[in-house]
Formats: sequence, C-alpha cells, structure tokens
Amino acid sequence: MPGDGAKVGVLALQGPARLHASILADLGASPVAVRTPADLAAVDALVIPGGESTTMSLLLDSSGVGDAVRERLAGGLPVLGTCAGMILCASEVLDGRPDQRGLGAIDLSVRRNAFGRQRESFETDLDVEGLHGGPFPAVFIRAPVAERAGDGVEVLAQLDEGAVVCAAGPVMVCAFHPELGGDLRLHSLFLERM
Amino acid sequence: MPEPHQLAPSADRPLTGTFRVKRGLAEMLEGGVIMDVVDAEQAKVAENAGAVAVMALERVPADIRRDGGVARMSDPALIEGIKAAVTIPVMAKARIGHFAEAQVLEALGVDFVDESEVLTPADEAHHIDKWAFTVPFVCGATNLGEALRRISEGAALIRSKGEAGTGNIVEAVRHLRSITGDIRRLTVADPAELYDWAKRLSAPVGVVQEIAGTGKLPVPLFCAGGIATPADASLVMQLGASSVFVGSGIFKSADPPRTARAIVEATTHSTDPDLVAKVSRGVGGAMPGLEVGTLDTRLAERGW
Repeated sequence: MPGDGAKVGVLALQGPARLHASILADLGASPVAVRTPADLAAVDALVIPGGESTTMSLLLDSSGVGDAVRERLAGGLPVLGTCAGMILCASEVLDGRPDQRGLGAIDLSVRRNAFGRQRESFETDLDVEGLHGGPFPAVFIRAPVAERAGDGVEVLAQLDEGAVVCAAGPVMVCAFHPELGGDLRLHSLFLERM
Repeated sequence: MPEPHQLAPSADRPLTGTFRVKRGLAEMLEGGVIMDVVDAEQAKVAENAGAVAVMALERVPADIRRDGGVARMSDPALIEGIKAAVTIPVMAKARIGHFAEAQVLEALGVDFVDESEVLTPADEAHHIDKWAFTVPFVCGATNLGEALRRISEGAALIRSKGEAGTGNIVEAVRHLRSITGDIRRLTVADPAELYDWAKRLSAPVGVVQEIAGTGKLPVPLFCAGGIATPADASLVMQLGASSVFVGSGIFKSADPPRTARAIVEATTHSTDPDLVAKVSRGVGGAMPGLEVGTLDTRLAERGW
C-alpha cells in the first residue's frame, strides 16, 4: 500500500483530524496527532486538515508548531493541506487577517470563502489530474480557491472560480474535503508523491 | 442516514444543502470553541481570541435568566452587523418549533441555526423539520433518545443542553455522560435487544442499530451549558465532546479576551494539564455561578 511504514502527522490543533487519521490508517500509514513541536519531530509527513484558518493560525503560533513546520518545510517535509490547510500553506492570503502568518509551503494566492457562506457550500464530482478511476467526490465547505499559482506549481483541478487542487514537489493542497467523500484516492496520491 | 430532501445528482449543478455538506461544517468546527456574542464588537473579540464560530443572540443566557420575559430570535440588523464584522461562521438561535424564525435566519445567510431551549419555545409538541432547510441545524439534548429524535428530524450537530446561564458545569456533565454511556451500552447489546432500546429511547430503530455498530452518533457531539473556565472545557472534551459552546462564560467574566483565549487553548490541549494550568493562571474572575437547585426555570427541560 502507498502508506506502508510512513509516520504521517495530522495537525490536531483544530478541525477533523480523526477523519484524516482513519483514512491514512486504511492506506497502511501510521497516523500521529500533532499538537507540539516534539510531535512534529517524529513524523515523515504532515496533513493539515480543514477547520477555521484564523483559529489554527493562532494555535500554530502559540504552540510553536508553526515555526517547527516552517523549518521542516525547508528540508522538504511532504505536506497535504485541505481547505483551511490550503489557506495556511499558501504564500499569500488575499483577504486574510492582517496578523495571519502563513506557512509559505506553496506559491499560491488564495481567497478565503471564495464560493460564499455555508448556504453556498456544495458537493460535486471533480476531475483531478493524476487520479484514475473517474471523478472525485469533492465536498466544498465555505471553501477557498487559488486565484494565482506560481511558477512550478501544477494545477491538478480547476473550477470557474479558480484552482482547487495544486501541487509543487512534496506539497499538495486542495480546496475541498477529501476526508468527507469516502474516497481514499487523494490521500493515496499524496502518499505516492512523498 | 436517510436524506429525504437530497436532490438527484446533476452534472451541471453542484449539490447544496446535502446532509454531507451540513454535517461537514459541524465536523470543521471540531476541536474548537463557539462563543455567544451580542454585538459586532464582542464578535471581533471572539474572533481575535480564536473562536471557530460565533453565536449571535440578543442577550446571553445569564441575562435572559435574570431579566425574564419571552426570549426570541435576534434582530436581523444585529445579525448582519455581526456577519459583517467577522470572517468566521456565524450561528444564530431560533425558538424550538419556530420554523419561520429559522427561515428568516437562513434568508439572512447565517451558517448554522441553533434550535435552542435558551429561547422561549414556540411549539410544545413539534421541533422544526430541519430536512426542509439548506442551512444546517444544531439542537440540544439531555440524553441519547432526545439526540436521536433531533437527528431523525435532520439536525447535523448535537450539543448537550447543560443548564445555560449558570456557569455551573454539572448538568452538561450529566447530559454528556448519559449520551456517551448509553452509546457504550448499545455497542454491547444483543441485536434482538435493539428493538426494545429503540422503544425506550423513543427513537427510530435504524439509527439505534447504526450506533450499535459504529459506537458513535452519526453527527458530531459538542458540549454546551455552563462552561465558565479553561478546566471546564478540558473536562468536557475528555468526557467525549468534540467542541465546546461558551455562552455567558466569556462576556460575563472579569477579562473576556483573556478568558476566551484561555478556553480556546484548553480545548485544543485538553489532555495536557500543564498547559491548562498555564493558561488558567491569573486569568481573573470567572462568571459568578448559580446552584442548579435554586433555579426557578430549568431551560434543559424545554424540548422533547
């Protein structure tokens, strides 16, 4: 299986960490909840789940995990960021809070709540480059999009509003929630790219 | 779960308001703190402290309790002011059974409706048919049967009722222990016993069977009602809640921004007592509490 032997951290400061952990375990990886720099030091890769990016940003600072992730990113840490995780990974947040400090893991300009409020949240079948076996069931909850992708960033899926799956080296981000659709392929692709 | 209002899939039209989309927002709020706010200024304090969402209401429960009278949905102008002030999700309360208030809240674009016993009930027999809405609903429960009845009506999130406005955690603990205890008992019940369980819980047998298999509710379980300190948040998270609602506990404390921030940290790091000690140190006076035995009105008894 793609995850064999890998210790994959799931950032557990806020958001549905347990859903990602259960998918990673199904793919043969060993998921580890990450709340401290010591937790992070013990993992080979990191999943940053959805949730509220403003909340997670504050908790990344206060826990010291944010700086520890920045250090590991310089050394090529594989990261999968979903929804709020995509916002945190981006080099630029177009309408973020002034004190919000991103991780700069991938050269993207991301807009928060790009589709509107919860009323406008939706699910759809999405074609993702590199995923075989048909479209992916994508659940978008108050989701962001990338309005600009830098040089060297691959855009793997796109909607009218902007890019919704992007990758650069070992870093991969998506605007929707691959943990909610009951489909393991996106996590599997991330593990294969590690 | 049945999804009677689910639309047929269509290639050119994304699906909004499906149960997965509704429950999805509840899941995104896990590990977080939802704070009661009465105006835009308080909403900003909550967002700056790391709230995952705010709950807009006219008066916090402690004031509803003190002032009496009929408590209703907030003024739309107030909700719009709060929506404009923050980027995090905005929830608002409707009276039990008052589907017209819920329709107004949906039209205003709130992200979650709380069909809440903190407001004066509008219907003594019927809760809102929550399947009929695009916006997700959260409902309170004191026990597993009540939780399952709300879920069968379409609730995407369950919270303990606790006893709002008291700053006393005892009722929320009772409700959480009752719900999680009965879930544990279901997982070891003989399949033939589940029909009697469904009868005793006054809940559909299908969902009772599902829980017996999975060992958890089909939607997230949060805690509300009486949380006043970081240690209260840590307690209920360790008892099986996956997030906390804090009502009067923040803006009735001596130092709201600091109390709010400390409760956020204690919710995330609930199993780290050193950290809970650190954020609790010198945080200042918690809201004054009330003994549950002295109350004239028990809000948790509203709803059925």
